[in-house]
Amino acid sequence: MSGHSTYEPKTGFERWLDMRLPILRMAHDTALAFPTPKNLNYWWTFGGILAVMLVVQLVTGIVLAMHYVPHVDHAFASVERIMRDVNYGWLIRYMHANGASMFFVAVYIHILRNLYYGSYKAPREILWILGCVIYLLMMATAFMGYVLPWGQMSFHGAVVITNLLGALPIVGEAITTWLWGGFAVDNPTLNRFFSLHYLLPFMIAGVVALHIWALHVPGNNNPTGVNVKSAEDTVPFHPYYTVKDGFAIAVFFLMFASFVFYNPNILGHADNYIPANPLVTPAHIVPEWYFLPFYAILRAVPDKLGGVLLMFGAIGVLFVLPWLDTSKVRSMRYRPTARLYFLIFVVACLVLGFCGAKLPDDPVIPGVSTFQLFDADLNSFVWLSRIATAYYFAYFVVILPILGLTETPLPVPDSISAPVLSHPATTPAGAVASPEKRG
Amino acid sequence: MLRKVSALAALGLALIAGPALSAPHPKEPKAVSWGFEGPFGKFDQAQLQRGYKVYREVCSACHAMNLMSFRNLGQKGGPFYDPKYPNPNDNPYVKALAKDIQVNDIDSETGDVIQRPATSADRFPSPFANEAAARASNGGALPPDLSVIAKARSGGPRYIYSLLTGYAAPPAGLTVPAGSYYNQYFPGDLTASWSGDHDHVPPGGFLAMAPPIQPDQVSFDDGTKSTVAQQAKDVTAFLAWAAEPKMQERKQFGFAAMIYLLIFTVLLWFSYRRIWRNVAH
Repeated sequence: MSGHSTYEPKTGFERWLDMRLPILRMAHDTALAFPTPKNLNYWWTFGGILAVMLVVQLVTGIVLAMHYVPHVDHAFASVERIMRDVNYGWLIRYMHANGASMFFVAVYIHILRNLYYGSYKAPREILWILGCVIYLLMMATAFMGYVLPWGQMSFHGAVVITNLLGALPIVGEAITTWLWGGFAVDNPTLNRFFSLHYLLPFMIAGVVALHIWALHVPGNNNPTGVNVKSAEDTVPFHPYYTVKDGFAIAVFFLMFASFVFYNPNILGHADNYIPANPLVTPAHIVPEWYFLPFYAILRAVPDKLGGVLLMFGAIGVLFVLPWLDTSKVRSMRYRPTARLYFLIFVVACLVLGFCGAKLPDDPVIPGVSTFQLFDADLNSFVWLSRIATAYYFAYFVVILPILGLTETPLPVPDSISAPVLSHPATTPAGAVASPEKRG
Repeated sequence: MLRKVSALAALGLALIAGPALSAPHPKEPKAVSWGFEGPFGKFDQAQLQRGYKVYREVCSACHAMNLMSFRNLGQKGGPFYDPKYPNPNDNPYVKALAKDIQVNDIDSETGDVIQRPATSADRFPSPFANEAAARASNGGALPPDLSVIAKARSGGPRYIYSLLTGYAAPPAGLTVPAGSYYNQYFPGDLTASWSGDHDHVPPGGFLAMAPPIQPDQVSFDDGTKSTVAQQAKDVTAFLAWAAEPKMQERKQFGFAAMIYLLIFTVLLWFSYRRIWRNVAH
């Protein structure tokens, strides 16, 4: 899509088709000949992994939908029927359930790679924003998918999350009623969640196409963050990156398979194997692990509306990130100070995830009570999540804007090839997969 | 029951709202090892047969297993699987087991509700006609369906075994409500019923199920000594199988899949090295 096409039709049919629908030309230019920086490390393979996971989720999901019954009286039993009586139903369902988790593992790594190497900066802002849209759609899809088995966590998770919108002033109640299709989470809710859970993945696929289109205009960023200067800096996507991505996908699938075959329920919650009962609330409602950081941010704020706004703000801030970061240097490889703050940011996200799984008032250090600060003891998960939440937002709205103006970055190489040619591992015989030995 | 427990828990929390104390937890489940654990784990067929007998003679008096059909007992990996009968509906042992149990049906001639012997295609009948009947017979508590219970409790089979063998005499100072029983492994908060030291609330909770298993309650056909621990272990294995009847198939399939993926990964690694050998990067 960028640069001129190198496609040459070889057969008569290809020439005939090329005059009418240059689909082979497009495939050749985007998936085969596409010039790609030659220094991409393994962190760059997660784009390919995500594409494959989307296909896995679509295929398994379509098969599951052939057997699933979206009705409050039958949903739970129909899922168990898939596990028991459908040929390889256990495989399809466990792939789909664990596949969602794997999808999020990959997307979080993909996002963090972006943050570290500054891939969101000009001229890739649209590419980044499309990625944020995909992430939002993924969260909506995963949430609605988790409701479908109609277990205890499905039901009460749906109640908690849909009630959040009720916190909005004036329109809140009308929105929740409209969303539920009634005055409580019930059969109409399950029915529409099933419909939307089937629809959204195709919307994701559509935005993914735009995401890839937006990628092919400026081309890939790379670990140095330096623009491609000459043909010497790049290799054709095929076979160089098809094989490298292929290897990474295979390694990822080994991990995926170890969950599906040996620990299929470890990422889920036991309560979701209890059929939904609106009259019995589980002692401890927790979302799936990939929502825990946002759940912690929600509960960090004592006010419900404030919590909801901050939770959505945590994703909203990502959309404006390209204009918050003032540094002209893309890669944090040459920004030692920023690298340190980035590391703390990753820790803050993990801490938030940890806090999201705990009861807010439980002590972080057991058995120690310090002093009451406003509404809770300082030694509590709610205060820990407040500190981590503060850092999460400070990183985007304070640290990145100021740091770009105040820090002194290390010298940036002139081209992608420059650091390679001075690197000890340049000799082809001893060439290593990636010079900084990542991945 | 859960409602009762959460009400108790809320009451307990209200009592200790002042000092920052965490709620007492039930005891950690006993460390039992099962043959079906681990990547090569398999169910022991003799144990599953004993476990089914315990379920049928003890548990099924109160607990339904709505997701189970008699044919499941004869399917591959099941308690009464016989390779001679790949279709479990043909398995004579399963047919005989089903025939001993009466199920409700509708007489197609008259439309009357009738009882007839079950066939292998029938589901396990429920012990109670409906939830209200179940609660009325159990002091207001609803005996949970056991079809997937081994997946539906954190701790899984270990928790179930611990619960079945975890009844103990309540410590002095603990007031056990009428119709409830003290169990060290049942989740709950006993603070409200405890008159002793607030920092040493006993672990566990109250549940409405009386200790279900007595020594020699079920006589095993294979001569296994019928202790409480043995019966609990066997019925737990049966429940673990019922919750995940395709577990063995899954692990076997998984082993082949892992080997395949491993070979594929190694091949891709060498392809990668070969393709990139002339590129400095």
